[in-house]
Amino acid sequence: MEFVINTISLGSLYALLALGLVFVYGILKLVNFAYGEYVMVGGYALFVMGSMQGVPWWITAIIAVAMAALVSYLTELTAFRPVRTRSLSALFVTSFAVSMLLQNLALILVSPRAKAVQFPPLFNQTVSMFGAVTPMRNLLIIGTAAVLLTGLSLLMKYSVIGIAMRAAAEKFTTTRLMGVPANLMISIAFIISGFLAGVVAIFWVSRSASVDPLTGAAPLLVAFIATVVGGMFSLVGAVAGGFIYGLLFNVLSVFLPASLINYRDAFMFVIVILFLLFKPEGLIRGNYTEERVG
Amino acid sequence: MSAPAKFGTVMGRSSTLLLLIVPLVAAGVAINALGSPLVINIYTFLCVNVVLVLGLQMFMGNSGILNWTYVGFVGIGAFAASIMSTDASLKAMGVPNMYPFLAKIQLPVIPSLIIGGLVAAAVAAIIAWPLMRLSNAVGVIVLFATLIVMHVIMNQWDNVTNGPRTFFGVQAYTTLWVALAAAVLAILAAHFFRESALGLRLRASRDDRFAAAAIGVSVVQARYLSFVLSAFVGGVGGGVWAHFITSFSPKSFYIAEAFLLLTMLVIGGQGSISGAVLGTTLVTLLREGLRQVETSLGSSGLVGDVFGLTEVALAILLIIILISRPDGIVGGQELRWPLWKRRKAIEEEGA
Repeated sequence: MEFVINTISLGSLYALLALGLVFVYGILKLVNFAYGEYVMVGGYALFVMGSMQGVPWWITAIIAVAMAALVSYLTELTAFRPVRTRSLSALFVTSFAVSMLLQNLALILVSPRAKAVQFPPLFNQTVSMFGAVTPMRNLLIIGTAAVLLTGLSLLMKYSVIGIAMRAAAEKFTTTRLMGVPANLMISIAFIISGFLAGVVAIFWVSRSASVDPLTGAAPLLVAFIATVVGGMFSLVGAVAGGFIYGLLFNVLSVFLPASLINYRDAFMFVIVILFLLFKPEGLIRGNYTEERVG
Repeated sequence: MSAPAKFGTVMGRSSTLLLLIVPLVAAGVAINALGSPLVINIYTFLCVNVVLVLGLQMFMGNSGILNWTYVGFVGIGAFAASIMSTDASLKAMGVPNMYPFLAKIQLPVIPSLIIGGLVAAAVAAIIAWPLMRLSNAVGVIVLFATLIVMHVIMNQWDNVTNGPRTFFGVQAYTTLWVALAAAVLAILAAHFFRESALGLRLRASRDDRFAAAAIGVSVVQARYLSFVLSAFVGGVGGGVWAHFITSFSPKSFYIAEAFLLLTMLVIGGQGSISGAVLGTTLVTLLREGLRQVETSLGSSGLVGDVFGLTEVALAILLIIILISRPDGIVGGQELRWPLWKRRKAIEEEGA
């Protein structure tokens, strides 16, 4: 039972991560290497706000999420927008440069060492349900993910923005011809992406209760694997990929012999590579997508 | 044909090579005669970087595929060459878990470097075929994932690499002359590769994959062979690098190093050899300069530790270059003699 709750909570977290990456990928066909750094920014915002006296915790959390979304938007505005019309590799290299920039800014402005982040005791209280003992954190993740996924899917399905976003992900040129402003759509995609990264940051950082300049690396890799497994062209696929990755991770952690546990990451990525070789469209196939347009 | 005109044609044909090699060697000789040990050291490092970046350029510049995995092959070459060349007793001390048959080997440095290149090429040959079928985003993620797999293996296989700990005791074989010779060889290799039939096919596939396939270019095969060749150069370069640095760990062949090589190549212009060499020179000098600033700022005690300043500056420079000159400083052109031919021709036309 504990295994099930762990898997669902890990899967929810990973699903949110993957979703954030796919939002940008869908429109821009950009695999955003700087995505992990938005999580890091969220983590540092938690650290800064948490170290101030008398700030209620929910404000800290809101500010962390807002900061991640803001930084995501700013990187889009200053770095990605001018490079957008260039080649795809130029975009990749740009996102990589942005990632390095943010990491090293954190290094300079804060500290190369890990900083402890305060969390309300609620996160670590354990509860027992269905005969399993689990930290409250896991349940919070599941709840948040459920709310966010429902909210986002409603948004995508019924709101004007959502419909435009889905259209843009499928055929950007046509969508633009229909009068949907490209810059606005891309900015919104980045903001949602940063927003999800910020939400993930709260839970990601709560697991180790500390943040350092390299915090963003692990979530980035998770998001990569999950999106690749689930399918890069559909939002549903990303969510499915997140859950599958959570399951795979837990299964490997339980069943790999101790001597091989250090190779777990290598195993994960070999699975990814095999996946891409044999099923490059992922588990859940999106609709036809055109090549990237500026 | 008059002598000056003849000189002009000869220069015109191989001018790129001469324009790159002559200044490189001349600067090397001058620095060796006049420079302080620090300057000689920096120049040696510059030459080593030229080798590494040209290996990257051979595949990435001519195929247009962002090659993350490259730095992994540099690592394989570095470890393979160092294991071959390092003194058996030093290895026994430094890498206690090493397989006995590896620990016993001790070869001269040059064969070790070549073995390093061959091992890297062999690994590339085994893994590359399926990878070369992928393009665009999927290809980028797979090559990135491959680098991570290679890093995890290097980090964990302590019977060979000493795990995450430092591998030390490598001979300091790479002097200024060795590095310079390697750089010249790399320039020649990259040039003749680019001009070869294979290089031409690869460039055709970069410019238009479908058109190239339509005129009979096997895109996957061209990419595959070039990838393996590039891994070979990277492996040899890694060996040269290892014999310069003398102690290193798997961490040296990971994302930060990949970023640095990529920055050098992209800033100079990945499409050409001149771009790769110029970019390497510029970034190496800039980095050393910024290092000095970092050290002096750090020792002045005004602002505390300032790690990361170099990376921030490089990242900003890279973004600016990508925005303003996405093809790099030289814009995919090679340097040719005379340097300002085009402008002159335009002026003549105007007159």
